[in-house]
Amino acid sequence: MTVPVKTPEPDVDFDLALKHGLTREEYDRVVSILGRTPTYTELGIFSVMWSEHCSYKNSIAVLKTLPREGSRLLVGAGEENAGLVDVGGGFAVAFKIESHNHPSAVEPYQGAATGVGGIMRDIFTMGARPIAALNSLRFGSLDNERTKFLLRGVVKGIGDYGNSFGVPTVAGEVCFEPCYQENPLVNAMAVGIVKHGRWASAIAKGAGNPVMIVGSSTGRDGIHGATFASEEISEESEAKRPSVQVGDPFTEKLLLEATLEAIRSGFLVGIQDMGAAGLTCSSTEMSAKGKSGMRINLDRVPARETGMSAYELMLSESQERMLVVVKKGHEEEVREIFAKWDLHAEIIGVVTDEPRVVVEYEGSVVADVPAEPLVLGGGAPVYIREAIRPEYLNEVEAFDPAGVPEAGDLNSVLLRLLGTPNIASKRWVYEQYDHMVRTNNLVLAEGDAGVILIKGTNKALAMKTDCNGRYVYLSPHTGGMSAVAEAARNVVCTGALPIAVTNCLNFGNPYDPEIYWQFREAVRGMGDACRALDTPVTGGNVSFYNGSPTATVYPTPVIGMLGLVEDLAHVTTVPFRHEGDAVVLLGPPGSGHIGGSEYLATIHEIVSGTAPPIDINREKAVQGACLDAIRDGIVQSAHDVSDGGLAVAVAECCFVGPDSSFGVTADLPDESLRPDRALFGEDQSRIIVSVAPSGVEQLRKICETRDVSFKVLGKVTRDDRIRIGGRIDVGVEEAKQAYYSGLEEYLSE
Amino acid sequence: MKEMTDRNIRFGVVVFPGSNCDHDAHHAAGALLGQSAEFLWHKDHDLKNSDVIILPGGFSFGDYLRSGAIARFSPIMKEVIRFAQDGGVVIGICNGFQVLVEAGLLPGALIRNSSLRFVCRFVHLRVENGATRLTNRCKQGEVLTIPVAHGEGNYRTDPETHRRLEENGQILFRYCDKQGRTTPEANPNGSLDNIAGIMNEEGNVFGMMPHPERACDPLLRYTDGRKIFESIINSFVRPATEPELVSIHNGGR
Amino acid sequence: MFLAKVHVTLRKSILDPQGKAVEHAVATLGVVGVDEVRIGKYIEFRVDGKSEQEAREAAEQVCRKLLANPVMEDFSLVVEPQ
Repeated sequence: MTVPVKTPEPDVDFDLALKHGLTREEYDRVVSILGRTPTYTELGIFSVMWSEHCSYKNSIAVLKTLPREGSRLLVGAGEENAGLVDVGGGFAVAFKIESHNHPSAVEPYQGAATGVGGIMRDIFTMGARPIAALNSLRFGSLDNERTKFLLRGVVKGIGDYGNSFGVPTVAGEVCFEPCYQENPLVNAMAVGIVKHGRWASAIAKGAGNPVMIVGSSTGRDGIHGATFASEEISEESEAKRPSVQVGDPFTEKLLLEATLEAIRSGFLVGIQDMGAAGLTCSSTEMSAKGKSGMRINLDRVPARETGMSAYELMLSESQERMLVVVKKGHEEEVREIFAKWDLHAEIIGVVTDEPRVVVEYEGSVVADVPAEPLVLGGGAPVYIREAIRPEYLNEVEAFDPAGVPEAGDLNSVLLRLLGTPNIASKRWVYEQYDHMVRTNNLVLAEGDAGVILIKGTNKALAMKTDCNGRYVYLSPHTGGMSAVAEAARNVVCTGALPIAVTNCLNFGNPYDPEIYWQFREAVRGMGDACRALDTPVTGGNVSFYNGSPTATVYPTPVIGMLGLVEDLAHVTTVPFRHEGDAVVLLGPPGSGHIGGSEYLATIHEIVSGTAPPIDINREKAVQGACLDAIRDGIVQSAHDVSDGGLAVAVAECCFVGPDSSFGVTADLPDESLRPDRALFGEDQSRIIVSVAPSGVEQLRKICETRDVSFKVLGKVTRDDRIRIGGRIDVGVEEAKQAYYSGLEEYLSE
Repeated sequence: MKEMTDRNIRFGVVVFPGSNCDHDAHHAAGALLGQSAEFLWHKDHDLKNSDVIILPGGFSFGDYLRSGAIARFSPIMKEVIRFAQDGGVVIGICNGFQVLVEAGLLPGALIRNSSLRFVCRFVHLRVENGATRLTNRCKQGEVLTIPVAHGEGNYRTDPETHRRLEENGQILFRYCDKQGRTTPEANPNGSLDNIAGIMNEEGNVFGMMPHPERACDPLLRYTDGRKIFESIINSFVRPATEPELVSIHNGGR
Repeated sequence: MFLAKVHVTLRKSILDPQGKAVEHAVATLGVVGVDEVRIGKYIEFRVDGKSEQEAREAAEQVCRKLLANPVMEDFSLVVEPQ
């Protein structure tokens, strides 16, 4: 069969397929699936659906090794737009994290803004109302002017979009490492809530049901954005970059309200947001999921520009659009709901029994493709790439920390660490985000995790993104475990039980065997930790090709952790609260592990050694003990020990937050260690808690039951000094000043 | 002016497309303060018998041209303006303040923050006139802790209007530090004379950049916003003509 | 001295949410027959140069490198003697 096309389109051959990013093997498969040479539009469809971004072809085999089952999971990983977990009380939580690295590298403001918009749509497409946003950002060194430009643009983009959309941005991370210079990482996470039985599915079924496109009209935005995200950034990609997508948070807000109203009406069969690969991805994925097909007429798609071709209409990534399958006979009701919010809702096609997506334009069929072979989990290619252990690992593993000279003045080391951009307060960033809208944020900023009230209940959700890319670079498997463990530890410190994970895996080019090895090992580490901590992976996103001709980013598997606070009385924060409270270290005293530490990087300018080892069962026991103690009501404050080690963690407990300011006098947990290593080593599985003197015995018993190390380090004071182990003695005000000015110093105009 | 009774006060919260503090204002007035609260859709003309109209925070129409510039043309604004002219109580919070200024119900303008950045944080407010319908439950000079969240909250007006606002006691709040000093550091947006909230000469139309509805829930620790809502409710319980509530022209002079 | 007058506008194919919102408001006002509203920026500055040509080149550089974002904006430049 040949398909006549009215608007002249280029002839398709292998050369053109190659330009679309398909391999010889893939192109041959397209021809064999269709039984003929594809049309130009069909080539576009296959190339985006089989791009890394949509098909996960180089990652899915490895991702399938992650634990993806659990009693709370309401939909399987990757089955819907976002993960969905049961939190009791008749509520479910939809959550997901996604990257927008490449668009943000080109146009930081719009790239980040549309990243937020995309992840929000993933949540409300499921019928869930977004209640919180998080983001995980990584840039190059702050000494560099371009880094400042990118940071300012990304933060403003996230702020302008999220603030206008009306969802609080409640937690996240911002890191600076030279390896992210050319290729910043911008990962956005969103969390939404939905009543049981009210969620929607991304499915097309029921022959004869109309298919509607709703929201914004379609322009030539971001055509081939998905393929673009599947290549390294180079001079060439700068030149052929697609026209940038512009976010419209106002329209998205309308789309949110209209979509939730439409889902509540009961007139929808299925709904999917149009993100990467727009109409192509939504129509084929919804069809494949329902084992049905669709017949679409592109003449009926509201276009923003004139003269758009079928290829462009199918591949456009215009934002703030949804594809909706409506129960036949209820088209008018649905149209009215969207009209109330001043949005288009146009019928563009119909669901069919035959599992094919047939696209008509200007009186001809321009594409006629089977849905199943196009999609992830169906016939999209799956590759297992060659993996080779990277050379550099031998070198970093041979690193001997004993050769690092001990810094003389440890007070100034502490102050420098508190002020280093990776550790310093991110106030300059979070004050640009409305983190209070919706009046549900229980901890505000500077908590170990965001904690969001589930209104109308006595429960809350805790949430955090985490990853130490340096650890993953130095020890991929250990680093992968640590990312999960630390995210969980953060959530536990706020009084929540970690329940599920979403992840955003940012790596270099998977065709490089050493990078593929990093990827495989990091995912193996994540899987081990998720299994041990009983936090299944509900979905997420993979972003490969992060790097430039001169540098590849650290392997950065960002973990988005969701936790559940069963009782609001359990909500716990970082700052000390009462003079005289005992300061206790839960978990091992540590070995003074400085490999991969912020101390080594900032003070000695060395990135080497192995990442701190982690015993995941011990980690689980420490987290369990902390949570038991919180639930018993004896914990006054809790803070995990991470970047900068024990000294930084203890210091932060003295001054973070709006109204507290205490001193501390504490011993080192192990006097036999070299003091700099004991103070700034980043041994894992440790939490600093403060308890009233009367609670110490009870805490000791909890720790014994769980077989967790326990040590009273000292006590909270009112004397405005931070004194640790006879080697640290600094004023609280001075430390606070260093912490709050560290980032702002770089960014003041 | 409406009859004063013991019944609940009816708050009408206007919903413009792009409003996003509408639910918070509704929640504060209704669930938290125990009054009745209704949403008023911007395309409607019905104020649903409200005693108090709240124009909530958010980004009405995306705030794409100028903040509040498009919302003022919404159908419901005709009714709100008439209601205000008849002496009804209208409160604009954040974006609502911007809408009231654009609609000419309050003097001045709100321009971009002097930092050019959006700012979301708790600020301290000094109550400059404790004898208004919005502040009668606060003491004169009391310092309230209430958050701001805006990119365009820098209040500007000409010297003559500024002088009149001052003389008539129309300045309700000024940004200050914990101790109540109105320093430049305590000013989050560069507002003229640290002005955070004002009212009209008649004392029935109020605008403020800070968000009292975000400081009403004991679960969120900060509750100074309740004093603002309680003041409004209180102003209906007593006869509205009671001198201390409308004596702004004489008060302090 | 010369005066440079610059208009920066979004490229035609780029979505202009501001323009769209204004267009909608115009319709609400009851004015008919207005569409394709696009919003841009107007910038002017003084620029030195031995000749108009030289001033124009300097101004153009400012436009290309700073005032307009080539990814999504176009600019038009007028240089007048002052």
